[in-house]
Amino acid sequence: MDPDTISTLPLDDWHRRQGARMVPFAGYSMPVQYEGIIAEHLWTRSSAGLFDVSHMGQLAVHGSGVDRALEALLPGDLLGLKDGRLRYSLLLDDSGGIVDDLMATRRGDHFYVVVNGATKAADIDYLRQRLPAGIVVDHMKEQALLALQGPRAAEMLEPLAPGVSELVFMQGGAFTLAGQRAWISRSGYTGEDGFEISVAASAAEAVADTLLAGELVKPIGLGARDSLRLEAGLPLYGHDLDRQTTPIMADLGFAVSKRRRVDGGFAGAARILGEIDQGPLLRRIGFTLDGRQPVREGARVLDGEGSEIGRVTSGGFSPSLGQPIGMAYVATAAAVAGGPLTLEQRGKLFTATAVPMPFVPHRYHRKGN
Amino acid sequence: MSLYFTKDHEWIDVQGDLATVGISDHAQHALGDIVFAEAPTPGRQLKKGEEAAVVESVKAASDVYAPVSGEVIEANAALGDDPSIVNQHPQSEGWFFKLRLSDPSELDGLMDEAAYTDWIKTL
Repeated sequence: MDPDTISTLPLDDWHRRQGARMVPFAGYSMPVQYEGIIAEHLWTRSSAGLFDVSHMGQLAVHGSGVDRALEALLPGDLLGLKDGRLRYSLLLDDSGGIVDDLMATRRGDHFYVVVNGATKAADIDYLRQRLPAGIVVDHMKEQALLALQGPRAAEMLEPLAPGVSELVFMQGGAFTLAGQRAWISRSGYTGEDGFEISVAASAAEAVADTLLAGELVKPIGLGARDSLRLEAGLPLYGHDLDRQTTPIMADLGFAVSKRRRVDGGFAGAARILGEIDQGPLLRRIGFTLDGRQPVREGARVLDGEGSEIGRVTSGGFSPSLGQPIGMAYVATAAAVAGGPLTLEQRGKLFTATAVPMPFVPHRYHRKGN
Repeated sequence: MSLYFTKDHEWIDVQGDLATVGISDHAQHALGDIVFAEAPTPGRQLKKGEEAAVVESVKAASDVYAPVSGEVIEANAALGDDPSIVNQHPQSEGWFFKLRLSDPSELDGLMDEAAYTDWIKTL
């Protein structure tokens, strides 16, 4: 990428002071690691990790009938979403391809939508083109976004923002944190309990310093964010999801809400409802490998005759399991949990096993636990 | 003995016509946590610059190239059990393979440690 187009995050200096190694990602200079990916990954799984995800796009979508307007593009039930509740959803094109994945929160009279960093400009254009006049998409450029993830995140955050521990998974609210106004939701993309914290960019350093002051929290880079989400079985846009994949192929059928399956009325509904009925041609699966060598994105999945039946879309080494894991799209007939798969990478063959995801159990804080 | 470095960040420690090859401390640091390392099979004839070994970090795969031509006479079996020794001791216990040099004059084009140390500062 042209270095002239690289932007800096509000916490750029802060990351460098913490010893981050910075790399270009999604148009920003971003911290890939501090002390090391494995140590940061395991720290997040055992304590609490602080991630800077300010590259992501934070949008406020306003206007009369905003829920119904967004439902024309997304397959989630937004009409039925209560105030302060989040839903994982997908921005779709007319053939059911995934334009982006996102989190949508009903926040009073508007929706707060968080989209991927690399796709945010295109998403905003797409939303502005497709939403009716009267619906306004406001890019909240002055907001930073932090994520505090891990089993000790709630105990750490509660004294700083009293009341946050009462939130359940996929619920958010307005709080005061380190003297700053913050929108905090119980959500994240690591498979752990945790929070995402939206604050004014000008307040980000004060908030980050406050969160890091305790013994329980360390800063975590993008490298561990990727290995954590992979272990959690969560797809990454641009790798496991793109316009060639539909929600059903991606094994994200849960994102097509019950009412929408009956009523349709979202972009690509004909194809997606057909795939729910008849099954997709390809499906996203998880796999594990014996040995230690990871099989990476782009590797081919072969059948018994050596013909290609799929591709690996994410592959890496699981620090929690101590073995290589990955995700692939394969012909649905071959997507059988427990079944063997042959993978080919740089001319070398690997025997993999298709397994249910997540690879590491989720520990979300749901109602009643 | 003499120690040389390549611009691909291999080191080669030469004693007579035998040489030990590994990756530099700079290289292991840039790769990050190493989770897999595969050295070439003994008996394999390597040409200078040829892909000789594979090293994988959590994030990415990289090749290790033969710094000079020769026959592989030993692979470091310890890498299979614990590839993180490449992170801990890149220029000693974390060696990859040993070679019998077929053309010692190829060493002339390599950097010594001081030249390598200066060179990586320019990267």
